[in-house]
Amino acid sequence: MEMLGQGKGELIGWHDPDENRRWVLENKSRELRDKRMSVTQAVREYVHDGDYLAMGGFGHIRVAMAVVYEIIRQRRQHLVLAGKTAVHDADLLIGSGCVDRIEVAYAFAQELRGLSPAGRRAVESGACRVVGEISNAGYQWRFLAGMLGVPFIPSRNMLGSDTFTHSACKVARDPWSGKPVCLIPAAYPDVAVFHVPRCDMYGNAQIDGILIMDWELARAARRVIITTEEIVAHEVIQERPWLTAIPFYVVDAVCEVPFGAHPTTMPYLYYFDEEHIGEWLDLSKTPEGTRDYLDKYVYSMPDFATYLDHIGGATKRAYLADVEHLRQPLRAPWLQKK
Amino acid sequence: MTPSTPAYSAMELMACVAARTLEDRRTVLVGTGLPMIGAILAQRMHAPGLVIIFEAGGVGPRVPTLPVSVGDSRTFYHASAASSMHNVMSACQAGYVDFGFLGGAMMDRYGNLNTTVIGPWEAPEVRLPGSGGGNDVGSLAQRTIVILRQDTRRFVERVNFITTPGYIDGPGARERAGLPAGSGPYRVLTQLAVFDFDETSKQLRLRATHPGVSVADVQAASGFKIQVADTLEVTSPPTEEERRLLHEIDPVGMVIGK
Repeated sequence: MEMLGQGKGELIGWHDPDENRRWVLENKSRELRDKRMSVTQAVREYVHDGDYLAMGGFGHIRVAMAVVYEIIRQRRQHLVLAGKTAVHDADLLIGSGCVDRIEVAYAFAQELRGLSPAGRRAVESGACRVVGEISNAGYQWRFLAGMLGVPFIPSRNMLGSDTFTHSACKVARDPWSGKPVCLIPAAYPDVAVFHVPRCDMYGNAQIDGILIMDWELARAARRVIITTEEIVAHEVIQERPWLTAIPFYVVDAVCEVPFGAHPTTMPYLYYFDEEHIGEWLDLSKTPEGTRDYLDKYVYSMPDFATYLDHIGGATKRAYLADVEHLRQPLRAPWLQKK
Repeated sequence: MTPSTPAYSAMELMACVAARTLEDRRTVLVGTGLPMIGAILAQRMHAPGLVIIFEAGGVGPRVPTLPVSVGDSRTFYHASAASSMHNVMSACQAGYVDFGFLGGAMMDRYGNLNTTVIGPWEAPEVRLPGSGGGNDVGSLAQRTIVILRQDTRRFVERVNFITTPGYIDGPGARERAGLPAGSGPYRVLTQLAVFDFDETSKQLRLRATHPGVSVADVQAASGFKIQVADTLEVTSPPTEEERRLLHEIDPVGMVIGK
């Protein structure tokens, strides 16, 4: 295959397919065994300093926030983040100093809410280094290649752009059509973390609504932590097995965390807590405010349940369920400042 | 005659122009903000058969109210499918997406977009979000529509970073790079005007001005020389019905304002 070009981004999370296959053969159990544990234990066992971490969901959709907070509480360092539509998850992980490198498809911003102060400050000061650029589909297909166990996926995006120039991709001549194609390298995160509505104790995780890129990411990652609104009996999964998006054999830990995506949104259950995210966006304008927020909502909280009481508990959840189901209007402090 | 203050805002006008650019019984992949509103308005006006697609997986929803994110549950409300990014991006690459609709930060005369960085990449003055799905949509959709506010800092001679390719550096450049044949920028919508691209030079060309806007105004708000089409149209102002629907779609004023 004739090589036509190469991006200068740093290649992270790639393994020789035989090496990764051997790792899977030696490390991933096929046994239906009870994988329930606390979030504290899951983070202690499966998230290590320097790991290449990917969060499931979509930055502020269906994010396993209890794990984000626990990573911060356990003061993990030098994590490399998959910036695959990184939004609120990345903001906190970068703002707290846990993540100091990121491969960016989308980061340092909060969609309609605007740019995120903490992430931008870190990247503009050099505290967080961008190792490379990629696009959303590009990241998606890095995980697809990982899931397939092949070294790369050919694609037609990123060609002719500086997104490519700063990526870890290559361009080759397609041996059939003779046209240039982008070669997107596989990615195997050390650990990926997902929040789902229901899962059994073995790790069969079901998702309601869009899958985003969780199907591929869960199968590409070496270690998988699931947090779930509810741990259900295996029989409940067996009744509707077609809803199982992530099968047990890729999962290492299952943690029951009701309301576990707060303040991000959980489709069909609760909408974004814009008041809470607004407080973060306000406070994170300064390093002092960022520390205040983390002290108030993360470091001083022994666990996620205490945090939930702190942010308004069942009353808040009922309100966010109403917003999700279009029964109440959205209250968002950032709206007043637009 | 002195011009009177219009009854509508610039955002309302842009949203209406966005909607009118879309065609019925077509597919459109939309980004956050005005592209979403434009597509939802089109669906409620002249294009009930418009299939709205969101990069995170929503396909063909009847969006009830403006989503905060291209992935929240409003994007697959009463949808044909709640799928995945792989499904949507593959559809885009395979030719199922007629229109890609993007917001932009900075654009040049070939329709190349920068949403990554202001200043050097290695030492950014301002770090922007990056590609997101922008590069994918601009690379893979058949016709790309871009909506942005134009001024001399945003309409630049050459973007310092091509996040999303337009016509790159001229005719044939997309195909030479390996991008899908015949794809590329189609319209650019701003608060002042509507642009298309000259078929020969692949450079931005003024096609219509909004009410009360002169060609000189459009040129003054650009960092490069603007070509003008032989026949120049004038945008119709938003109708009462369009404005009513816009506030129904965005009741709390996330994008349209109060």
